[in-house]
Amino acid sequence: MNTGKTWDEFMEGVWRQNPTFVMILGMCPTLAVTVSVVNALSMGISTALVLIASCGLVSLMRNITPKEVRIAVYIVIIATFVTVVDYAIQAISLALYDALGAFIQLIVVNCIILGRAEAHAAKNPPLPAMINAAGMGVGFTIGLLALGVVREILGAGTLFGVALFGTSFQPWVIMVLPPGGFFVLGGWLLFFSWLERRKLRKQSGRPAEATQHA
Amino acid sequence: MHETAFQIFVNALLANNFVLAMFLGLCPFLGVSGKLDTAFPMGVATTFVMLVASLCAYGLNLLLSAFHLEFLRLISYIVIIASSVQLVEMVLKKYSPKLFRALGIYLPLITTNCAVLGVALFQTAREYDFIQSVTFSVGGGAGFTLALVLMASVRERLQLSNVPDLAQGTALSLMLAGILSLSFMGFAGLGG
Repeated sequence: MNTGKTWDEFMEGVWRQNPTFVMILGMCPTLAVTVSVVNALSMGISTALVLIASCGLVSLMRNITPKEVRIAVYIVIIATFVTVVDYAIQAISLALYDALGAFIQLIVVNCIILGRAEAHAAKNPPLPAMINAAGMGVGFTIGLLALGVVREILGAGTLFGVALFGTSFQPWVIMVLPPGGFFVLGGWLLFFSWLERRKLRKQSGRPAEATQHA
Repeated sequence: MHETAFQIFVNALLANNFVLAMFLGLCPFLGVSGKLDTAFPMGVATTFVMLVASLCAYGLNLLLSAFHLEFLRLISYIVIIASSVQLVEMVLKKYSPKLFRALGIYLPLITTNCAVLGVALFQTAREYDFIQSVTFSVGGGAGFTLALVLMASVRERLQLSNVPDLAQGTALSLMLAGILSLSFMGFAGLGG
């Protein structure tokens, strides 16, 4: 396998098929834990670890897994790795564990992981499957960070817990509350569809026709 | 912390609505909320799965605690949920094939609905007793249905209105969800 193809495989998840902004998958943790950058980053890393490990194992077992029970097999594999990560986080930092709460265990039902296992890992050898999974994990982490940064700066006036503005800053509390999550993600999606549209317009030299919407 | 069953129900239904306040079950929330006809049955099916999952999780947790096998909790919960989804699927397929087709891929996806696993995990974490668990799951399911139906009604209206092209699709749904969530914040503190 040459480097170009490997890079391509990796970048698919990071950019072209970004799970957060393009495929709109794994929304629950995306919105729930992104109240601060630290939470977002640790959630992204945990999910990426589970994703890589599960995709590797699913791919290794792809020839001995009976087709009828494959989903159940995937779920059990994923649940095993999530349990490992869950206990690991508990051992590393109890404060972080409390902040993320049930959402660490809820990684099990993150559609990105099951989706990758079914769509990619079950059909490819372990190495490309894990590279693809790593790309998806990075893409997901970027998505979480994009939300976390905006929400923490606007909602608390801090970044990584460091105050950015003077004491006169009035935090925009709504941003760290549930509605803020929806608004920020909606805003990012608007921004990306604007970018897309501008690119189309430049290519064709005339206003883009209404693009198809999902 | 001792809550009455009624408080738990109201909390799960409104103040801590699963979708709009706790961000659980967003995939079906964004996916199936296009039409009112499918939104409501989807909500009911999910509620049923939640109830079954919650009952089984309660019994299972007693068993696992008795044998000190807490680390198996997550795996066994997810297996239970997968089987109850299978049950709902078979019942629906037999009695309402039309609905079965309308729900399509989202029916098996109830397995990966975080709201269902969320019910099981939260009731364990909060150490609810039997009655509390049942009301929690029914309240949560009713809240999920409520959010789904509200969202579907709004989106049906939106199809008739003139929306800027740029905001079409998911971005618009998210903004709507944000506004709904904002209004649900008004219920905060209702359950005491």
